[in-house]
Amino acid sequence: MSGFAWIPVLCVALMTAATILLGVYATRKAKTASDFFVAGRSVSVFWNASAISGEYLSAASFMGIAGLLMKNGYDALWYPVCYATGYLFLLLFIAGPLRRFGAYTIPDFAEGRFDSPGFRKVAVTFVLFIGFFYTMPQMKGAGLTMGEILNWPYWAGIVLVGVVITFNVAFGGMKGITFVQAFQYWAKLFAISAPIFVLANVYGGYGTNLAANAGKTEGTARDLVGSKIEGPRTAIVATTRDESATDPASTPRIARDTPITIKGADAYPANVLAFSRAGKTRLEFPEGAVIDKIFANALLKADQLREPYEEGIAPGLRGLEVGDRVFVPKGGVLEVSPYSSHRPDGLELHGPRAARIEFKEKTTAILKAGSFAPNAPPDLTWLRPFGPLSSKHGYPLLYTYSLIIALICGTAGLPHILVRFYTNPDGRAAKRTTLWVMVMLGVFYVFPPVWGTMGRNILPSLYAINKTDAVVIRLPTILKSPLLGQILSGITSAGAFAAFMSTFSGLLVSMSGALAHDIYGKILRPKSSAGSRLVAFKVAAILIGAVSMGLGMLVESFDITLMVGWAFAIAACSYFPLLLLGAWWKGLTKVGAAGGMLIGGLLSLSAIVSTMLIDKKVIHLEVSPLVRSLLEQPAIWGVPLSVGLMVVLSKLTPGLVPADIHLKMLRLHAPEELGLSKNYIDH
Amino acid sequence: MTDRDLHALSEQDQARLARAVMRRQASLSLRVASVFVVLVLGVPLVNYLKPDLANTPVLDFTATWLFLGVLIYPITVLLSFYFVGASNRIEASCADWRKTLAEERDR
Repeated sequence: MSGFAWIPVLCVALMTAATILLGVYATRKAKTASDFFVAGRSVSVFWNASAISGEYLSAASFMGIAGLLMKNGYDALWYPVCYATGYLFLLLFIAGPLRRFGAYTIPDFAEGRFDSPGFRKVAVTFVLFIGFFYTMPQMKGAGLTMGEILNWPYWAGIVLVGVVITFNVAFGGMKGITFVQAFQYWAKLFAISAPIFVLANVYGGYGTNLAANAGKTEGTARDLVGSKIEGPRTAIVATTRDESATDPASTPRIARDTPITIKGADAYPANVLAFSRAGKTRLEFPEGAVIDKIFANALLKADQLREPYEEGIAPGLRGLEVGDRVFVPKGGVLEVSPYSSHRPDGLELHGPRAARIEFKEKTTAILKAGSFAPNAPPDLTWLRPFGPLSSKHGYPLLYTYSLIIALICGTAGLPHILVRFYTNPDGRAAKRTTLWVMVMLGVFYVFPPVWGTMGRNILPSLYAINKTDAVVIRLPTILKSPLLGQILSGITSAGAFAAFMSTFSGLLVSMSGALAHDIYGKILRPKSSAGSRLVAFKVAAILIGAVSMGLGMLVESFDITLMVGWAFAIAACSYFPLLLLGAWWKGLTKVGAAGGMLIGGLLSLSAIVSTMLIDKKVIHLEVSPLVRSLLEQPAIWGVPLSVGLMVVLSKLTPGLVPADIHLKMLRLHAPEELGLSKNYIDH
Repeated sequence: MTDRDLHALSEQDQARLARAVMRRQASLSLRVASVFVVLVLGVPLVNYLKPDLANTPVLDFTATWLFLGVLIYPITVLLSFYFVGASNRIEASCADWRKTLAEERDR
């Protein structure tokens, strides 16, 4: 690195200090219970929208999307698109009615809508459930970033974020964090956009870097690499006529010798290098290496794996045999070339293929300049729809639709976002706020994919070490000026910190609110005073903050986006149907709502957890690719199942429809002028 | 107080009024939602059935990337803008609940 490595540390420290100071400043103004729980319902539309956006843009949005897009290409665009446009559904069906109903939390809504204190308990469980699932990836992001910029151990970043935010929430409540989160939205927008303009000046912009995947490399980092490569670019016959200039198997190339560290077999699949079909890759092992397994079939589809010719020797791996454990001596160089398989009769099969190796232990290597980046999907696969993300089980359309449903319906069912709507003065303001949130999110979400696109061309070595998640932190450091590079990297590091801190604040408020307001205030001590509930809120915040830090330490090996996906899928199959039907169908009963929510939510949760266990090889289960897709992306059956159960169970229990249902429906939908709105929390 | 008047309404009239308000809001919401759903769910279908169209180069982007990566955000904002305006107009027209109720009785 350089002598300027302290700059990102300084930036993170400044962001943390600003968060604490703003929190303290706002806290001095937070006096009443209403201030704590709903910021006194007095936040202006602009600031509330900034705060909602600031709270919503989490580690997954700031770092995860850029990384996922770099890794998977086009398919990953669905994440930002659905994260932002999910708010349209919230606006159309939920924001207005929910605010007007005057309940503060979803459990309040559950109780008020169905006149059932019992249902409150079910709803509270889900607040905590979804909240903790959403907290874990934030914590992982914090640990990862501090490791990246300061070489801190994983737990240290978690403790820093956890303590600072728990302090802010415990002392300032909702009002304390509203200002902080609003500030953090603008900090994040600046951090994700400003460095892009500097980088685009040197390495070409969004379109230029995208077009490099279609063979137009002029003005991009790939163009610079091309001049340094020894020997001609590997000639491969193009598949279609109109793309004769394009090598569809090509991947980005490594610009200069890059030291990389590959993990050991215990971190599978992070110990894998899958080589490009496009040309040679050279790896030098200064300390030697033990290669655990060699597979010569990495880029083939799963159904071709069983064909017998793949058990033979891969000619491209000179001197190495498939299936053998291989010892590379100190300073040894491994050169991997694409090769063609031949049937016994001499006919060539499938065109050029590539090899894949797995390492036994943590290994350091030098990826030589001019190499085709390992683990990177080929250009056209990356650029076009139905790439590695959605096609991995062979049902790309199904996978894509299920992902869309999970993300859109999940957005409309996230408890920490919904709480925010109660900080609007009325239903009309709630709608205007949502509109502004969509503008703010739309502007933000254009940028993470630009990072992923540029990262693919400029820093393809991140593919090899499975660290595409760190692209927003690492990318600026390759600039020629180390000072400018570290300043920009400092800006994105501070932005990433703002992301974990604001989302964790929101989660902590909604979970502490659930404990203090719902469990303590409504279930344990219904007669407790506002003051003692305030104390309960602070105690709950400290308790949940501690549990969150503990959980965060357990999830180091899980993918940020994967974990966020769990939270969304569970929310989509539980809260979303509850709110949608609860607000629009008067026939919904507590049995129907609770049944649908519990069964739909828990089944989709088990589906997701089972795929995770299969992936991590904890359980060994042979399932068909179709079933596998449906387990991994459960929303396409989970949401209809949950809605269907709610309808059927409600029809079976018509006697449970509340007596004053028409008045309730009026309260949900009639304009404020009719004076039906009622606040559950008094000023 | 309007509030007390509304509570004093017969259950039948409360149902009528709720139905009237909800029907107006729901038809607006469903109209906007259907435009959005056709757009968003249509993209994967076009990608799947007409890959050549989806991958047409436009300004260094492919058509489908340009739509999903950039254009969809202003489109969604315009839809919400339309919705908020129209929804507020509905609320304003429902504020005179006696009139709304009378209209609903006549239906």
